Amino acid sequence: MKKVAVVGVGETNFSGPQEKTGVELLAEAATEAITESNLKPKDIKALFVGNVLGDFAEGQGMVQAFAAENIGCLYVPANRYEGACASASMAIRDAFMWVASGYYDIVLAGGVERAATMGTGLATRTFAMFSDARYEYPAGITFPAVFAMLTHLYADTYKIPLQKLREQMARVSIQSYNHGSVNPRAQFFGKNASMPVEKVLGSFMVATPLTLHDCCPFSDGAAAVVLASEEAAKKLTKKPVFITGTGQSSCGPLSNQSDYLPRIRAREISSRRAYEMAGVKPGDIDLCELHDCFSIASLIAAEGLGFFEYGKAGEAWEKGQADIGGKIAINPSGGLKSKGHPIGATGAGQVYEVVKQLRGEVEPARQVPDARVAMTDTLGGDGGTLVDMIFQRGW
Amino acid sequence: MGHKLIFKDYNEALKNNRLLGLKCQSCGAITVPPKIACRQCAGQDMEITELRGNGKIRTFTTVFVAAEGRESEIPYTIVMVELDEGPWIMGNLETTDPKAASMELIGKRVKMENRVFPGDKYSAGGGARPLFDLVR
Repeated sequence: MKKVAVVGVGETNFSGPQEKTGVELLAEAATEAITESNLKPKDIKALFVGNVLGDFAEGQGMVQAFAAENIGCLYVPANRYEGACASASMAIRDAFMWVASGYYDIVLAGGVERAATMGTGLATRTFAMFSDARYEYPAGITFPAVFAMLTHLYADTYKIPLQKLREQMARVSIQSYNHGSVNPRAQFFGKNASMPVEKVLGSFMVATPLTLHDCCPFSDGAAAVVLASEEAAKKLTKKPVFITGTGQSSCGPLSNQSDYLPRIRAREISSRRAYEMAGVKPGDIDLCELHDCFSIASLIAAEGLGFFEYGKAGEAWEKGQADIGGKIAINPSGGLKSKGHPIGATGAGQVYEVVKQLRGEVEPARQVPDARVAMTDTLGGDGGTLVDMIFQRGW
Repeated sequence: MGHKLIFKDYNEALKNNRLLGLKCQSCGAITVPPKIACRQCAGQDMEITELRGNGKIRTFTTVFVAAEGRESEIPYTIVMVELDEGPWIMGNLETTDPKAASMELIGKRVKMENRVFPGDKYSAGGGARPLFDLVR
């Protein structure tokens, strides 16, 4: 297998409803990534794109082909990936495989979504399509409801009083808001900094016990990265970021995961594969962009990835161990909660962030000092798709 | 090999308050809802078995933000129930006051009936789901 590097990244603002089409958003992120890589569109051998709900959001399927043509990558193979919120990470992982195999030397991967454009009703309906349509949706399952049930189960499993757990979860949202408030591309840039715990707990109830401030927003946005073989990367950049480990795993409906809940077994398998491939341990990771679609999801993810003991992640957030300067810096971008969650693009947005962090190119207020090893973790559905990737400086 | 039990037949039984599962002839595990392979050992030698529909609540939530088309249902309470036979299953809780649902529900024993979701323009038809009643 060849070594594979990220040689350039691009991203639109993550935000509420945007005026640009999905094709336009993706094309802008892709063009930024290609330009940053010192490449031309003709150098791109294939395009791998995460997009989940373009058909529902704007009546647009096959966005990857139109985007390829839009940016001038004419006649290249262009594939769409759908793994709910993990779609772009699937696309990047497969792009990694193709470059590692030696078949392609330069591939563009990314994703796009216009979830905010759909509005809450349609977005809630369509997001619920990533639960089981026959055995879960009839009961009225929604994504907040999935993680709300996991919250109550977490409190019961680890014997943490619900009110205490909710206060710990509020700390997760507050940390994410603080980071996102100084990230110019975040949905909540300039907003929500230093939010009091009481405000998180007191905002309107979405699904008990999750309030608005426990939940990520619906977002529009796109992100893209260029992957290149080690030989190609050497000619393009002095700061290649190597993808040194990847893992992916799948799983059935939530109730079928009962042997492990509130742990997400698919994440444990996916991340273990990534660690083994990279030859690193959780303690080696300097920063992680993980899938914080809800505040409780951060605790579950940080434990499943091996950063904290089961049932203890909430304490870690309270003590600042999950913040910049702590044991591991989690979601210095603001995460899904504050940077935003354009589901088909989210994984590419995470990779954008960790590459910029490893290069030391983010705003000083949220730069992880001397970051050398980074990780992304993306979850689709209620555990149905998990992708974990590890990144290391190549200089 | 094909399915021993498919959604259509599972669903028709559920509408009559009969909960059908599959018992693995290799490892003895119960799989519900139906799949082609045992949820524990992936063996395909399974026989249809009728479950009692009794169990205890393992977790719950009350939903206040509805999906498009289901606005009239909120607030409603979803539960995950551990059946006496082992598997967990998702359904709703029959309650006059969903807003009062609290951690005290966890561990409470329940008995299954059903309620039918009539379907919407995306769902290719409807489907019954378990509706659980607290055993008093």
